[in-house]
Parts: sequence; structure tokens; C-alpha cells
Amino acid sequence: MIWTPGAITRLVLLGLLGGVLQLAAVSQITIFGVPADLTPLLVASVGLLGGSVAGASFGFCLGLFMDTVLLQTLGLTSLVLTVVGYGAGRLRELRDPAHGLVPVAVGAAATALAAAGFALLQFLLGVDAPISVLLVRFVLIVIVLNTLLALPVHAIVRRVVARDLPEDPRRRRRRAYTTGGLSPLSRA
Amino acid sequence: MRDRSVRRRRAVLAGLVALSLVLLTAYFGEGASGGLGSVQRGAMEVLAPVQEGATRVLKPLRDLFGWFGDTLDARRERDALRKENTRLERQVAQLQVDRRDADQLRKLEEINSAGKLGDHDPVQARVIARNPSVWDSTLTINRGSSDGVRPQQPVVNGDGLVGRVTQVSGGSAVVLLLTDKDFGATAETARSGEPGIVGSAVGAPGDLLFDMVGSASRVQKGEIIVTAGTQDRRLRSFFPPDIPIGRVSRIEQGEGPLDTKVHVTPAADLRRLDFLEVLTKPRAELVAQVRP
Repeated sequence: MIWTPGAITRLVLLGLLGGVLQLAAVSQITIFGVPADLTPLLVASVGLLGGSVAGASFGFCLGLFMDTVLLQTLGLTSLVLTVVGYGAGRLRELRDPAHGLVPVAVGAAATALAAAGFALLQFLLGVDAPISVLLVRFVLIVIVLNTLLALPVHAIVRRVVARDLPEDPRRRRRRAYTTGGLSPLSRA
Repeated sequence: MRDRSVRRRRAVLAGLVALSLVLLTAYFGEGASGGLGSVQRGAMEVLAPVQEGATRVLKPLRDLFGWFGDTLDARRERDALRKENTRLERQVAQLQVDRRDADQLRKLEEINSAGKLGDHDPVQARVIARNPSVWDSTLTINRGSSDGVRPQQPVVNGDGLVGRVTQVSGGSAVVLLLTDKDFGATAETARSGEPGIVGSAVGAPGDLLFDMVGSASRVQKGEIIVTAGTQDRRLRSFFPPDIPIGRVSRIEQGEGPLDTKVHVTPAADLRRLDFLEVLTKPRAELVAQVRP
């Protein structure tokens, strides 16, 4: 990711809007009694598009924002979303996936990782909450809902950060297809 | 160049994780009332109007999605209520059956005490099978020879005479209902004591005929017919006296007194029999002489 003041501003706005949207609307819309969670999707998308540093930083900041606004333990969501963003970013850096459905899989994995991370941290912090069937059901439904939302969220994030990316995997794939794998410069 | 990038990446990750852990530790150390808590509350105050505005602006969106969610919830609720309704209907049906059973048992107790049937060692039995044939009016009860039930013993319910035992096994017995073509009992009118014999009306299931020995003109519609409990050696009755058999429902006048037909509706509702009593000692001296 190309770090310019404009890029940082766009990411901050994305985080703020995403966080507020999550708190003011998405959290209050329940399907099967469970709301979706946009935060891991946003972080995973930023990581998938901008790399591990962008993903981890965005995850940390968004997590801090959520912890602050929700008056919950500071650092908890930050830590989880940092790891989520870093993981998504490393996937891009190591595998550079270009398939159109990658955001769906990454969104589901990010949600599952976040849920597991929260559960682990709550356990480590001494919250006496047994793993009930209800909790597992809740997590599974969140993963399903987030999986359904992953593509639109990724599309919005890509639109926001597109100009700050050196190379978009999908654009590169299209170019490779039309030029036989060579850039116009190398063919010339 | 690449090493620098890797170092930078790792440093950012380590820094952010460390910062998160520091925040966690500090927050836990000082609690919600500490400095970090104050920062949180300050940020909350700043962001509260934003959140409130966003909540208002996004209300239509929330309502739209809420409508879908509510529809799904309503369907789920409907399904749950249907199940609940089914369960309650079953429960109501069971309660009605229990109430009917209780009514029958209460009537049995009443007839035992008021009709003095308790002196005949009644054995309570439950109907376990009914003969579905139109021609044979029999049913099976869950008491047999091991309970003291023997052939020819009278069977009653809370309303009156039901029939008599015809066959007995160890744990069950077959009862011939008084509407069966083979049933007969000496009887008399309760009011005037006119004697006769009660048997089934052939071709009219559920109807009984009271064949008068004396004059039919003295019998009135609505009169109660009871067992006579005849003790005559030539005409011994299997039944103790004064058990209600039924009520005169219709009197068909013939050309002469002998052609008059007195129709009797059984006192016991023979279509709804659940609990019965077998009088195991209808009359000890008679039972001993009866051949099975």
C-alpha cells in the first residue's frame, strides 16, 4: 500500500464509517437472533488489499475505536483485529490470490479467527463463560452472515483504497489474460 | 530492501500487539474508573452525538432489514406456537380422557356405596379391547381368573349393568354386553315391580327389549328397569337385585297384551366404557352352582 496522507485519511474514514455503521445499524439488525459483524470483514479486506502492515494497523485502530465506543476492555478488540488484519495481509503477500471468491473465504476465516480470538482472550481474562451450544450456534450464524456480506464489503473497501494500491490482483490477472501473461511494455 | 520490509512488517506487528497488551494490562490494572476509562468516557461523549445521528439516519435501513428479520422471527414464532398448540391440544385431550376416567371411577364409587354393590367384592377393571363386529357385543377387560373373575359374574359401571363375564383367562376376561343377542336377565320395573326379562332387540343395536311376564299396560315410558335378582331355583339370576339396567324409551302397542313391546335404553353408555367392575360375589350360593 502506498502510504500517503490521502490514503491514511481514507482508511480512517473507512474505519469510522464502518464502526459507526456497525454500531448504529448492523448490530441492531438480527437474523435468527444474531447480528452480523462488519469489523473483521473490513479489516480482512484492508489486509487482503493493502498487505499485512496496512491490515494490522487498520485492525488495531478499528479495534481501539470499537473498544472505546463500546466502553469495553481496551486493547481486547485491537489485539484480535490486529492479528486478523495481519493474517489477511500475509495471505496476500505470500499467495497473492486473485480468484474472485477469495474475499468470501477470507471473510469467513477472518470472522472465525476473530470469534476464536475473542473467546480465547475472554477465557484468559478469567471470564467465566462456558462454551455452550448457544454460543457455538451464535458464532456459526455470525460466520454465515459475514460470509454473505464479505463480497460487498470487499468491493466497497477496494473502491475506497484502490488508488492507494500499487497493483490490484484482479486487475493484474485481467492484464495477464489479455496480454498472454506479458505486460505491454515487455512485449514491445 | 526485502529484509528491511520484513523487519518493518514484524516491527509493526510486534508494536501493535505489544500496545494492545499494554492497554489490556493497564486497563485491567486500573479498572474502568482509571485514566483509560476516563479517556474512553471522553471519547464516548464526543462520539455519542455522531452515533445518535447515525442511528437516526440509518433507522430506515435498520427498519428495512428489521422487517426481513421480523418476518423470519414471526415465521419461527408461528412454527413454535403451532408446536405449542399441538402439545397443548394433546394435553387437553389427555386431561379430558383423565376427567372422563375420573368421572367413571367416581360413579363406580357412588354405585358401590349407594347401590350397595361393594358387598359383592367388586374388582375394578379397565377395558382393553372391543369387538368391532356389529353382531357380537363383547369387550375384553384386564382382569382375569387371577383376580377372582369367573364366568357369568355380573359386570357393571357407574351407570348400571353392562353385561356378564363369558370367558376368563389368567389376566383377562371377555364380557358379553347386555345388547348382545345372547344376553338375557330377569328384571323388573323399579316403581311398580312388574317382572320381565331384558334382552337385546334384534336388528337394533343398542336397544333392549323388556319382555313382560305380567301386564305391559302398567309400564310407563321413562320408567327405570332394574335387575330382579331372582332366587328361584328354576330361574336363577346371575345378577344381584336392583342394579339399574335402563329406562323405558318406547312402548309399541300391539294387538294384544302379549304383542306389546317395551323398548329400553341401557343405563350405561356402552359406547364409552373405560372402567368397569366385576362383581366377583354376586351371590355366593348361586355362583357355586353355575357351570362355566
